[in-house]
Amino acid sequence: MSANLSAIFYLISGVLFILALRGLSSPETSRQGNFFGILGMTIAITVTFLSTGSFSSGLTYVLIFLLIGGLIGAFIAYKIPMTAMPELVAGFHSLVGLSAVLVAVAAFLNPEAFNLGSPGKIKLASLIEMSIGAAVGAITFSGSIIAFLKLQGIMSGSPITFKGQHVFNALLLTSIIVLTYLLCSTQLSNYFWILLAVSFLIGFLLIIPIGGADMPVVISMLNSYSGWAAAGIGFTLENSALIITGALVGSSGAILSYIMCKGMNRSFFNVILGGFGAAEQSTSSQDKEHRPVKSGNAEDAAFLMKNASSVIIVPGYGMAVAQAQHALREMVDTLKKNDIKVTYAIHPVAGRMPGHMNVLLAEANVPYDEVFELEEINNDFANADVAFVIGANDVTNPAAKNDPQSPIYGMPVLDVEKCKSVLFVKRSLSPGYAGIDNDLFYKENTLMLFADAKKMTEDITKNL
Amino acid sequence: MEIDPFIFRLSIFILSIFIGYYVVWSVTPSLHTPLMSVTNAISSVIIVGAIIAGLAGNSEGTFTTSNILGLLAISLAAVNIFGGFLVTQRMLQMYKKKKKDN
Repeated sequence: MSANLSAIFYLISGVLFILALRGLSSPETSRQGNFFGILGMTIAITVTFLSTGSFSSGLTYVLIFLLIGGLIGAFIAYKIPMTAMPELVAGFHSLVGLSAVLVAVAAFLNPEAFNLGSPGKIKLASLIEMSIGAAVGAITFSGSIIAFLKLQGIMSGSPITFKGQHVFNALLLTSIIVLTYLLCSTQLSNYFWILLAVSFLIGFLLIIPIGGADMPVVISMLNSYSGWAAAGIGFTLENSALIITGALVGSSGAILSYIMCKGMNRSFFNVILGGFGAAEQSTSSQDKEHRPVKSGNAEDAAFLMKNASSVIIVPGYGMAVAQAQHALREMVDTLKKNDIKVTYAIHPVAGRMPGHMNVLLAEANVPYDEVFELEEINNDFANADVAFVIGANDVTNPAAKNDPQSPIYGMPVLDVEKCKSVLFVKRSLSPGYAGIDNDLFYKENTLMLFADAKKMTEDITKNL
Repeated sequence: MEIDPFIFRLSIFILSIFIGYYVVWSVTPSLHTPLMSVTNAISSVIIVGAIIAGLAGNSEGTFTTSNILGLLAISLAAVNIFGGFLVTQRMLQMYKKKKKDN
């Protein structure tokens, strides 16, 4: 296949990838969008096979390795529980990063195969693009591994900080530029290996100071990095499908990071520099600890809800941990049978990744037109009878609105306290990740339900 | 004076960033998780480079380091492609509208 013809096919698959993202603008068109994505990928892979023109023994190996990877991927995709999506996505990002590194190294060792010159005489532009692709790929890889370990709970979610961390990271980043310069001027492969090693180290150091609850930002950011790595490799390979895709994924991840940061009212740098939730233990939480709270049981909760005409459910990460989404939907079904209007309110940073709660509710067969975003539903709390907060905490804290001293002051929150009564399912009175007390616990109209989220929801259903 | 082909690629890149910006802002927030898994799948189009590396100059049936790295990268990218698209598909199947009779 001629180079021009294959370039046109790569362009077509790039366009199909754009349509794949476009499809996600609504759930109706999303499945078609995914199909476009698969089509684009099939075209890109087929064209690559055809244009290499070598149907030698090598092809068998390529197909075997493709099949092995494909089977593993398919197996994971079918087995993975929806609550584990953040870990899965972090793990997948690390694979994109690693394959970018491997492709860059392969191109560095055998530049002839990619028309980039010969070893020791690689074209300058290609060498720069290769270094960028490899460095960003390596950062994505080690960063995603740390994010994965933190999300899995293998590594503690609390931030790891040390003295001079930021200065050290800045020095390492500068050394990447110096190493790229040295590599380009001398063509010595040793600089390339050092560059890779330093990049792996940066990815590691970049993520360890970031706390577990800031993971939505981290995952989005790594999503973005994996895109830039792909784009870097795309420039090296002079492949428009890769360049287009890399740019799409890169900007997609950047936008998601921005949305997540806005949801927490924090600047991107504030999140990246890390340490949140460790040092900022609010001093005022101590004296508030002994204020009286009203606690109730499943019967009280069922009674309140039975007499309500509208209920708003506020799910959070705790619901995912307790796997309570199915039990919750059963409770809601029973409420609906009693002609009670039920809606769901989702805060942008509820859960451990963007859209996490929406997927869990969809898994439990909750129709998506009953689920609303913060801006859409926040005014409805004032007219609702009961707010049922399950596994969420900081995103409902009124201190974000009325206590300028609070570390989360200014963060957009759900106006849960405006409801006639609030039911708050929680294991204990312990504060959320931000380490701050929630005034909502002590309000006159709040009833605390101290229990495991799943068990409590089941008990309420029995009492309805 | 002739324009370097790099400039054309750079143009594609910059324009694609803008397309990405507008397309992603139009994605509904409830589909942000599928958005992440599908972007993950499509960024594995990097497999194109892996296939080139895996097949390069291999007529005698001996493998260079570059070939082996290419083959490994093929497997890693394939995990992502199949895993990413299938898990997205699985998630999207679950998004349903309210039934009329409810």
